[in-house]
Amino acid sequence: MSVNIKINNAVKKFGENTVISDISVDIKDKELFTLLGPSGCGKTTLLRMIAGFNTIEGGEFYFNEKKINDMEVSHRNIGMVFQNYAIFPHYSVRQNVEFGLRNRKLDKAVVTEEADKFLKLMQIYEYRDRKPEQLSGGQQQRVALARALVIKPDVLLMDEPLSNLDAKLRLEMRQVIRDVQKEVGITTVYVTHDQEEAMAISDRIAVMDFGVIQHIGTPQEIYHRPSNTFVATFIGRTNFVDAHYLANKKLVEVGEYNFKVDNISLEKNNDVILSVRPEDFLFHEEAKTSLKGVIKDSFFLGLNTHQLVELQHNKQLVEVIRESSLENELPIGEKISLSIKGHKVNLFSKDSKENLVKRS
Amino acid sequence: MMSRSQKIFTYFALSIWAFIAIFPIWTLIVNSFKPQKEIFSNPFGLPQTFTLEGYKAVLLKGNFGTYFLNTIYVTVISLALIVFFGSLAAYALAKWNSKASIFLYVFFIAGLMIPIRLGTIDLIRLMQFFSLQDTIWSLIPVYVAMGMPISIFILTAFVKNLPKEMFDAAKVDGASEWHIYLKIVVPLLRPAIATVAIFNMMKIWNDFWFPLVFIRAEESRTVALGVSLLFGQYRTDWTRALSTLSLAAIPILILYILLSREFIKGLTAGAVKG
Repeated sequence: MSVNIKINNAVKKFGENTVISDISVDIKDKELFTLLGPSGCGKTTLLRMIAGFNTIEGGEFYFNEKKINDMEVSHRNIGMVFQNYAIFPHYSVRQNVEFGLRNRKLDKAVVTEEADKFLKLMQIYEYRDRKPEQLSGGQQQRVALARALVIKPDVLLMDEPLSNLDAKLRLEMRQVIRDVQKEVGITTVYVTHDQEEAMAISDRIAVMDFGVIQHIGTPQEIYHRPSNTFVATFIGRTNFVDAHYLANKKLVEVGEYNFKVDNISLEKNNDVILSVRPEDFLFHEEAKTSLKGVIKDSFFLGLNTHQLVELQHNKQLVEVIRESSLENELPIGEKISLSIKGHKVNLFSKDSKENLVKRS
Repeated sequence: MMSRSQKIFTYFALSIWAFIAIFPIWTLIVNSFKPQKEIFSNPFGLPQTFTLEGYKAVLLKGNFGTYFLNTIYVTVISLALIVFFGSLAAYALAKWNSKASIFLYVFFIAGLMIPIRLGTIDLIRLMQFFSLQDTIWSLIPVYVAMGMPISIFILTAFVKNLPKEMFDAAKVDGASEWHIYLKIVVPLLRPAIATVAIFNMMKIWNDFWFPLVFIRAEESRTVALGVSLLFGQYRTDWTRALSTLSLAAIPILILYILLSREFIKGLTAGAVKG
């Protein structure tokens, strides 16, 4: 059975220090929900509150209708996967997977059968009699995942499960986790600081900073319409350019250049922060009104070429990404003309707190 | 890689150390097979007149069987209690983070700096009060108390080195604290427990002081106390004394060999990343 998780006004304090001041979130049944944020943002703290390893100083936590605030960890029926795997080194792979089943005093035949099923699902059946030290990091994490799932938990919690793996294995295990999560159909809370991993794996993401959820949404929503400048920079890359919004003409002015935007929730002319993703600049041979700049540096990365451009009107540096071409790239020092894909940009208020683009 | 001269030096130093360690044992064993006279005329060589008189006397006359059994009881029961309470305390102290736990830890460790023999007179009074004098039960609590500080010191350091997530994982899997202690902590602490056991075993097995002050009754004597009776003021039966000591070394050697593999693991644990 799988559940939805409801958290109302959660508060966490360590002594006088408030780590989480007020978090409310609904995690849907069978959803892969990611808590994403820089280290120290409180994401692991929140996960450990759901698991029951941290005390809860305020608010309510529910699995379906059941309040779990004061429930023992061992009674919450959760599975958990840790960054350092935390598999028991003195047990074989099979004994590790069977550990939780044995604690439930199940029939021996059932224990073996269930363990076999998950050993096979995680493709570690052939290693079942080995000791963990004889396995690679990826295989160890498969054992940890099998151990977490075999007890048929209501909720699966994962605390940076891929951080100890090398880049290639990380991609592979990312896929494994996603596939297994969908196949088993279990509500999953996943903690990571890696935004790319979060986007690839999640149904929805909560971006956290300073113990506050900055934005909850699908990967697409968070990338295209970030709720504030923190989210805009934390998810992907972006350039912030000082700009001015003309409300009556619905125009954004950047130096001499301007372009039209719709759906702006601003009634008056105002200074704004314009956020442009590096891939949303266009190069022009010659344009009547364009953003003028000089190429300062250039990095060829295969598929794309990244270029640093100094804007002529205010000497601000912006990063521009273009698909690499076979011809020679524009040399450093070259004067260029840019335009901006107006429908993809975001405008933020000067205090960085609010995205002024109305969400459709 | 060590250079040739480094190697020669290392082996030279180790040989000297081995000689220092083995020489007394050699002297003990060869002399236990010699008659009294030859011990003085030829103390270090192999016996010229081979005799088993000493061993016969030990095994057939007197109460050395009782002494051995007493010593084994005292040692094994004390060790079991030290390891049990020590590992429980270590698990609790390592997992529980607060000022109180630090205070308790320091309180235990402080015992390392205070020689327990300072309290002998009070201990005698205590044993009189509980009517434990002249029984081996007077020795066991004293040895357990004596062994606690070093055991808690070593075991706590080991538990702290175990990844905390392992306990969390076990809890998530529905294990109780007892279950975690028995199924996770104790098996993983085996090298440390062996270290603690060997360390305390020597002290308890060889202790002369507390049996001397607590025990007068023949049936409660330990080997160390029994052997002392063979050293008279005017005359000492060396053959018999050395035979007794050789026999007394056997159980401890067996225990040492059994535990030594784990013991060495314990000494080198943490030295290299696993």
